[in-house]
Parts: sequence; structure tokens; C-alpha cells
Amino acid sequence: MGDGLQPALCILLLAVVTLTSACAPPPEAVTETALASAERGKAAIERVGCASCHTITGISWPQGKTGPALDGLERRGLIAGELPNRPEVLAAFVQDAPALVPDTAMPAMPLTDREALDVAAYLYEIGR
Amino acid sequence: MLEAWPPPIFDPAGPYAWPITTLSWVLLAMAAAVLVLVVVALWLALFGSQRAQAKVGGTKIIWMAGIALPVVVLTALLLYGLWLTSSLSDEIEGDEMRVRVTGEMWWWRVAYLDDEGQPVSHDANELHIPVGQPVVLELESGDVIHSFWVPRLSGKLDMIPGRRNLMRIQADEPGVYGGQCAEYCGGPHALMGFVVVAHEPPAFARLMIERTAREQAPAPGAASQGAELFQTTGCAACHRIAGTDANGLAGPDLTFMGARRTVGAGILPNNTGTLMGWIGNSQAIKPNNRMPPYPVLSREELQAITAYLEMQR
Ligand code: HEC
Ligand SMILES: [Cu+2]
Repeated sequence: MGDGLQPALCILLLAVVTLTSACAPPPEAVTETALASAERGKAAIERVGCASCHTITGISWPQGKTGPALDGLERRGLIAGELPNRPEVLAAFVQDAPALVPDTAMPAMPLTDREALDVAAYLYEIGR
Repeated sequence: MLEAWPPPIFDPAGPYAWPITTLSWVLLAMAAAVLVLVVVALWLALFGSQRAQAKVGGTKIIWMAGIALPVVVLTALLLYGLWLTSSLSDEIEGDEMRVRVTGEMWWWRVAYLDDEGQPVSHDANELHIPVGQPVVLELESGDVIHSFWVPRLSGKLDMIPGRRNLMRIQADEPGVYGGQCAEYCGGPHALMGFVVVAHEPPAFARLMIERTAREQAPAPGAASQGAELFQTTGCAACHRIAGTDANGLAGPDLTFMGARRTVGAGILPNNTGTLMGWIGNSQAIKPNNRMPPYPVLSREELQAITAYLEMQR
């Protein structure tokens, strides 16, 4: 093996390592919202009875009419007409709406932080 | 769905429920055994050897398996069933705690009775009992035939207009036990649920003392906007709240609505959201029930009435 080959081999190895590692998922980047489960969200919606006020796609009973129907949330511009439509914001809103929008009719609901994220995930999934 | 509704039916939790569950399983097992016997006989008749076919085709088999066997099996089952469930029809002693439960379309009126049979506390859609002792229910109806059924605590018993049927229930452990009307009574019959809450005896005694005292005292929140709206929007014409002018009897008593576990007769959990949804439009939740929807209420009004009802505990 000639002397001139070694640096070239090093560079090649380096390139291979960086390229392949770029494909592997970064272990630290898994966020809370990404772990949310639409399935658990549906169960939480049924447990606390969101559908008493809202007609929600995929929930057959009840189909409440006191609040707006909840479909197409993925494509909606603002939550409650004033909040940015992002998963964390939607989760915070379904958990304690008056804290974010003081003059809303929607009350705080007995959801844990975890459940609120799951509920948001469900609302986005049916809105696709 | 709610923790206790619709109620599980094969999970007895008291002495008046387990004989029924046991009998159900025994009947199911017997039915399964008979099914196997019939299928085997059929298989032999179709595909068996000549000798087997002759056997299942003879008159002897008709006498044996068609008459003798059913007579023996059904008589044995009948006697066993009567013996097993005899405690359900035992004479009622008369010193048990008594509660009158009246079936209404499509909810339940509840009155706790004193020794003279006079109501001392009113409620609806929920029954509190102490554990470990039988409670006698006076089952009546205000309109059509309903059937009282809390599967984990008892069998079914019809509520018939003009009659008073007595039934015992008992829970062995504290807990929440769901119930359901078991006789089709029109409209939203399927959404006519019920809840029994069983407490340790000291906790139950405290609750009853509080509640009988509350019947004589003024209602909380009397000066609130919600209290005023409850009168002016007409709720008071159909609903009673002890200690106020609200004395309507067409709908459930709301004296303890804030403490009730459910909304809409056992079918939804009671929280601010479900309560608002019910008051705003109960027809969307329980179609054709006898409470009108209230689209005329503003957001503030709806919130004020809901807050007032949450104070009633
Ligand atoms: C025409 C009579 C009527 C009027 C007026 C009426 N209700 Fe009702 N309400 C009923 C009946 C009947 C039910 C039971 C419905 C059912 O479960 O089938 C009921 C049920 C309820 C319940 C649920 C009770 C429970 O235990 O689940 C609440 C809460 C309630 N009403 C509040 C109100 C309020 C607040 C108003 C006024 C804004 C009002 N109602 C006006 C008849 C009425
Ligand atoms: Cu019924």
C-alpha cells in the first residue's frame, strides 16, 4: 500500500460514516407531541365526554351541538379563532381553554397533560 | 365510556346477584352440552356406520333422548334453579333501609324513606347505599312499565304503574355499580342508565345526615346570577332544588346535582363540560328526552347556570 493512498482512504471512510449516520434517527429528537397517540386520545375523549358539546368524526355517540363540530382541524387556520394551530397549543386549549381564551364558553376539562396531547393527536388525525 | 355504564352483566358483587350469574352459567353449560349431543347424533345419522344409523333412527332413541332425558334434565335444572335463587324471594324483614325508586320516561326519581315510610331526602338517577347490608327498594312507575336492573347487585324487577314491587339489593364492597332500564319504555330507553354508589357504613351515615339536613336548609349560591336564571329561564318549573322556589317535579331533582356522578341519567360523566353540553342541548345527547334545548342562552348565562348547579351538593 502506497503512502499517497492512506489520506484518500481516510477521507472516504469519513464520508461513509457521516453519510450513513445522517440516515439513522437522532435519539434525542423524539418529542412529546410525536409520542402522542390518536387511539389513546379517542379513549380520553370518550371518558371525559367532549362529544356532549361537539360532534366529532369517529365518535358515534353523543353528537353534541352546544359547541362546534370538530373536523378538519388539520386545515383550520386558528384555534378558537385566535390561537396558532400547533399540537402543543391545541393540547393546552382542550385541557384548559379559559386560560388561553378567557371569553370562551368551553370550560377546562379533566385531562392530564399526556391525555391532552393524545386528544390533540386524535383531532388532527380525523382532520386529515 | 363511563366507568360503570353500560354495566357488565357477568360480574356479581353481592348476595342477590351471584345466584343469578351462577344459574346463567349453568344454563349456558347445559345448553352447550345438549348442542354437542344433537350435533353428534346428526353426524352419526348422516355419516355413521349402518349400525350407528339404525341406532339413532330407532324409536327407542326417541323415548330415551327425546322424552326421558329432557324430563330428567329439565326437572333437575328447575329444582336446582329454585334452590339456588330462593334467597331472592325470601320474606322481607321490614327493618331494612328503604328507598323508593320511581321509573320515569327516561330517568329515575329517588326518595330515601324513614321508618314511617316518609321521604327524608330526594335525589335522582343515583342511589347511595351502605355496604354489607340489604337495602329494600320500593319500585314504582310514574308513566309506563320500566324495569330496574343493576346487574352486579340484583336481578331485574319491573316497575309497573299503580303497583309497588319490592326488591332487595346489596353490595359487598364499596364502589360504583351501573344500572340500566331493562324494559323498553319508548324513545331514548337505551339511554336510561342509573348508578348505585356503595359506601362503608360510617361514610354512608355521614352522607345521609348531611343530605337530610340540606333538605331543610337554604340552597348554596342563592344570590348568584345562575340562581336567578334558573328561575327566569323556566328550569324551576321542571326541576326542584331544596330550599329554593324551584319545586318542579317533571324533571330530576337537582338539589345534589353538583355531587352527582353522572349527567343525563347515568350516561355521561358529570363535569363542567358535559353539564354545559346537556343544558345547552340535551336533545343532541339524548334524542327525544323531555327537556327542551336552550339555544337562547348566551355564553355567560350558560356558564352562570352551570356554575350554580355545580354548587348544589
Ligand atoms: C319541560 C321541563 C324541563 C325544563 C324546562 C328543564 N328541564 Fe332539565 N330535565 C328535564 C327532564 C325531563 C330531564 C331528564 C331527562 C332524561 O334524562 O331523560 C332533565 C334533566 C336535566 C339535567 C340532568 C339531571 C341528571 O341527573 O342527569 C339537568 C342538569 C337539567 N335538566 C338542568 C336544567 C336546566 C339548567 C334547565 C333550565 C335552563 C332545565 N333543566 C330546564 C326537564 C326539564
Ligand atoms: Cu326503559
